[in-house]
Formats: sequence, structure tokens, C-alpha cells
Amino acid sequence: MAVTETPAPRRAEKRKRGGGRAGYWLYLIPGAVLFILVIGLPLAGTLYLSLTKWSGVGDPTFIGFDNYTRLFQDEVFWTSFKNTVAMIVAMVVAPTLFGLLLAATLFDVIGRKFKPRTASALRAIFYLPQVLPVVVAGIVWGWILRPDGAFNSLLDSIGLGALRHDWLGDPNTALPSVMAVMIWVQIGYPVVVFMAALQRVDPELYEAAEVDGANWWHRFRSITLAQIRPETFVVALTCTIAALKVFGPVFALTRGGPENATNVPSYFAYFTFFKKLQVGYGSAISTVLTLIIIIVAAVFIYLQYRSERQDREV
Amino acid sequence: MAVTLERPAPAPLRETKPRKTRDRHHRGVSRWVVLAVVTVAALVMLVPFVFMLLNAFKSPGDYSSAGPLSWPTEFYTKGLTTYWNQVNFPLKFWNSLLIAGSVAVLGVVVSVLNAYALGIGRVKGRLWIVGLFLLANMLPQEALIYPLYYISKQIGLYNTQLSVIIIFTVIQSAFGTYLLASVLGTFPKSVLEAASLDGAGKWTVLWRVVFPNLRPTLAVLLIFFFIWTWNEFLIPLVMLIDNSTQTIPVALASLQGDRLMDAPTTNAGALISLVPAILFFIVFQRTLSRGITAGAEK
Repeated sequence: MAVTETPAPRRAEKRKRGGGRAGYWLYLIPGAVLFILVIGLPLAGTLYLSLTKWSGVGDPTFIGFDNYTRLFQDEVFWTSFKNTVAMIVAMVVAPTLFGLLLAATLFDVIGRKFKPRTASALRAIFYLPQVLPVVVAGIVWGWILRPDGAFNSLLDSIGLGALRHDWLGDPNTALPSVMAVMIWVQIGYPVVVFMAALQRVDPELYEAAEVDGANWWHRFRSITLAQIRPETFVVALTCTIAALKVFGPVFALTRGGPENATNVPSYFAYFTFFKKLQVGYGSAISTVLTLIIIIVAAVFIYLQYRSERQDREV
Repeated sequence: MAVTLERPAPAPLRETKPRKTRDRHHRGVSRWVVLAVVTVAALVMLVPFVFMLLNAFKSPGDYSSAGPLSWPTEFYTKGLTTYWNQVNFPLKFWNSLLIAGSVAVLGVVVSVLNAYALGIGRVKGRLWIVGLFLLANMLPQEALIYPLYYISKQIGLYNTQLSVIIIFTVIQSAFGTYLLASVLGTFPKSVLEAASLDGAGKWTVLWRVVFPNLRPTLAVLLIFFFIWTWNEFLIPLVMLIDNSTQTIPVALASLQGDRLMDAPTTNAGALISLVPAILFFIVFQRTLSRGITAGAEK
């Protein structure tokens, strides 16, 4: 420990050994004040507003749980949550599975059998969509998938012109199209995290497995998957929360349409707040979404805790 | 400084003995097949960028007669200049830079202060406080947006960059606090004790001992905050309604929403809007891939 060049004693009379705990909470004050102003009060405000009817002007009228009873009978609300499940498939399940496969391939095959540079160049390409403003990417995709956009022209040019379609305009294809775009957006994140995770796996494990005659699939399952489980949890949790909150891509691609085919809770709330000016109802949607996110996160963290504890007991 | 907080990998990569397992992937053809498949997948990822580049430099007439896939007949840059002038791009760039830059710096400062009290000070109830910050980071922004919108209108912060800076400083520092508090929780006690035996106060310990040790992590956090804020959409969309305050993504989205743009201008606008993000990516790529690991370690 080379930290000996600490400055000259200033308040030497100060009690040694950490100087007591009392003073530390002073450092929490700026953060706490900001936190209360920007998170605490607005959150409490939304909770309260969800029990009122309000257009944003004048005084809110207290109406109890009416917004919630209305919400549970609202078909758009149920549609938006059904679409969230689709978003979880597109933003969590598919990217995690492809990501595992890609990361293992890039690390294990391409990184070893070719130059590591090849692997990191490919990794960078997969990660690229992650660094872009997702709305801008959404706007480009929105144009590509338009009836006169690049995707239909591409179909024409390879002789599949019969498949031309208004991909985002047809309620039947809009959701799958948005899902495809979201896979494209998300895939890089698990790839990068898993590749980093693989670097801390002891190569001797693989060598030992090979000596035992394990094939690629066996090694993938019993070494790769087992070793990078903590990262898999983190990726699954962060992506699930992102999927529950997704807003920008839906805004840029479809504005929730057509006929709510791609509506999601966050867009539904935004639209209710600022286009329909039903602040109370919008607050109820936001509150339910918040609760769902908290529950999902709690379940994840509990599962992770349990699996870590099992590991320790084994 | 001998104390680094970047945790070393638990199983250090050993120099493997000269490949005795040379035929792991059957040596010959199969590895090329794998490379080909992954490369094709990577190229598919790039297709949207190719479409965008192809059409950003195409004249509207050329686009409507030859379609989106044709090679531009001339190198047409008027789409770019039209978009650049129409949205006053330098101003949008400055707004994005001002907001993302201020949030990155302020967010890191607030995170460090919070984490110092929580991780090293171990103030009472710190688990609950850290949990609260973690929760704040997961909240949907819709749960905050209307009161924020309403309050900022009341106090005259609506449609100012400052409102967005304050909001994101808090949102980003919620994550930063969570991350740094757990990093500082493992800060070697002996170092702190040595410093306080030398008579250093808490403030001195923070800036002379803790801060230098955290610097690599803070650099990563700074870049993360910057890029995350740069790419944010909902809150800027709601809070910034004016041409003079909007950020790059909001400007592009509102023009697109007005259906004012033909396809080449849309692509030109998207191209201009993506360039800064791609530049950051290239510049910070190495720091970032280090940082992503740090983030994944919880």
C-alpha cells in the first residue's frame, strides 16, 4: 500500500479510526435533496394523481380507485401488456440466447482459431446499434420498412416481390417487425457482456473437459453456461426492465399503431398524459407499470440470491 | 497508488502451454464455416447503415425514379445541408453536448459523494438507501414525467436545458451510487485507517485517497452517463419543445413526426445524427468494453 503521502495533519485532534460515523451523512445531503425533488416527490405526485381525474389545468378531482377499475376493463391496457410480453421475447429471450451462442463462438472458435482482433472487430459490429440513439435507429428502420422503403425493394430485387408488404402498417405484421428491430438493437449487449465474462473462465476447465472427450455442446452447456450464470442474470434483469420500459423505438416506428397492435404501457401512458390530457388515467397506467417492474426486479434478485446461495452450499 | 479497485479476474488467464489441443475444432474446414456464418450475421447487422448511406447522398428525383437500392447517380449533398440548416444542427449538437456533458460530470460528483457516505461511511440504514437508489434507477420515467413537467412549468424551468440536466443528474447518479457504493464497500480498511492516523479529515480522505483509486471506474461511469443521456428520448421530448433547446434525437423525431421530410432528407438527417455517437464509440471503445465488465459485476 503506497498511500503514505497523505497531506500534512490538519485536524490531528480528530478522533482516530475513521473519525466516527457521524460526519458521513453530510455527504449524502446533496444527493438526498436532489433525489427527493426529482424522484420522491414526483413519484408521490403520480401516485396521488392516479386517484384523481385531471386534465392538467385547474384542480384535480379525487375519484378514488375509479381509474384502476377503468384500467382493468380497458382493452388497450391489456393489449399493451400482451405486447410487452412480445417485447420481452424480442429484447430478452432472443438476444440472450443468440448472445450466448455468438459470444461463445466468437470467444471460443474465432478468438482462438483466428486472430483475437477478428473476434473483437465482429463484436464491435454487433455492439454498434447499442451506442446509437435508439430513436434515430428507429427512424431509419421505419423508413426501411415503409411500403416504398428499402426492404420491399430488396425483396423485389431478389425475386420475392410477391412478399411486398406494408410491414409496419398492417396490424398483423407490425408487432413482429418491431420485434425484429428490437433484436437488432439489443443483440450487442449480451454479446459484449458474455464475451467479457468468458475471459474469466479458467481455460484449464475446457482443456480438462476435452481430455475427457466432451464435445463442443457439452462444454458449452456444462462449463460456459455454468460459469457465466451471474452475468446471465444481470443481462436478463436489465434487459427485462428495458423491455418493460421500452418507449423510443415504438414512438419512432409506429406510435403504438396500427390499431394499438404495437402499443406498449409506456407509450400508452405518454399518449394518455400528453395527447388525451387524461392525467389521472395516465398516472394509473404508470403506477401499474411501476409496480410490475418492482415485482419483476424483486423476483429476479431473489432468484439470483438463491442460486448464489446454492452455489455456496454445493 | 498501489491500491486499484478494478477487481482482478478471479481466475487469471494462464498462458496456456503451446497448443497441444490443436484439433479442437477439427482444424480444417469447420472453423471457416463458423467464421463465414458469423461474418454474414455481422454483415446483416450493417445492412441498415448501408441503406442509410446509400440514400443520404441521393437526390429526391433520383430516389423516386430509381428507388432505395440504386447507386446514387450523383454525389448529392443537398439533403445533408438542407437538414443541417433546417434544424440548425450546430445548435442541436451544442444542446446535446451541454446536457450530456453536464449530466456526466454532475452525475459522477453526486454518485461519488453518495457512495462515500454509503460505502465508506456506512451510514445507518445504508442497505435501504442503496435499495432506494437501485429502485429509482429502474422506475419507468412515465411514473415521474407528469409531475416533473408540471413543476418545471410552475417554476419556469420548462423548456430549458437546465431542467433536463437536473433530472438526468439524479437518474444517472442513482445508478452510479448503487455501483460505487458496492465498489467502495470493499475499499481496504487499512488504507483509510492509515490516512486518518495521519490526521486526514473525511474530505481529504475522499479527494486524496478514495478519489484517485476510483478514477478508472469514474472514467467509465462518466462515459456511460454521457452516452446514456445523449441517447435519452422521453424526458427531452416532453421537456424541450423549442427549436433552441431540443437535442439531436428529439429534433430528428419531431421533423419526422411532421412528415416534412422526403426519404433522402430523412436518411441524411439520421446520418448526421448518428455520426457523433459513432465517433464516441470509436474513441471510447476500449474504455467502454472494460466498463461493461465492471457494470456486469454488479
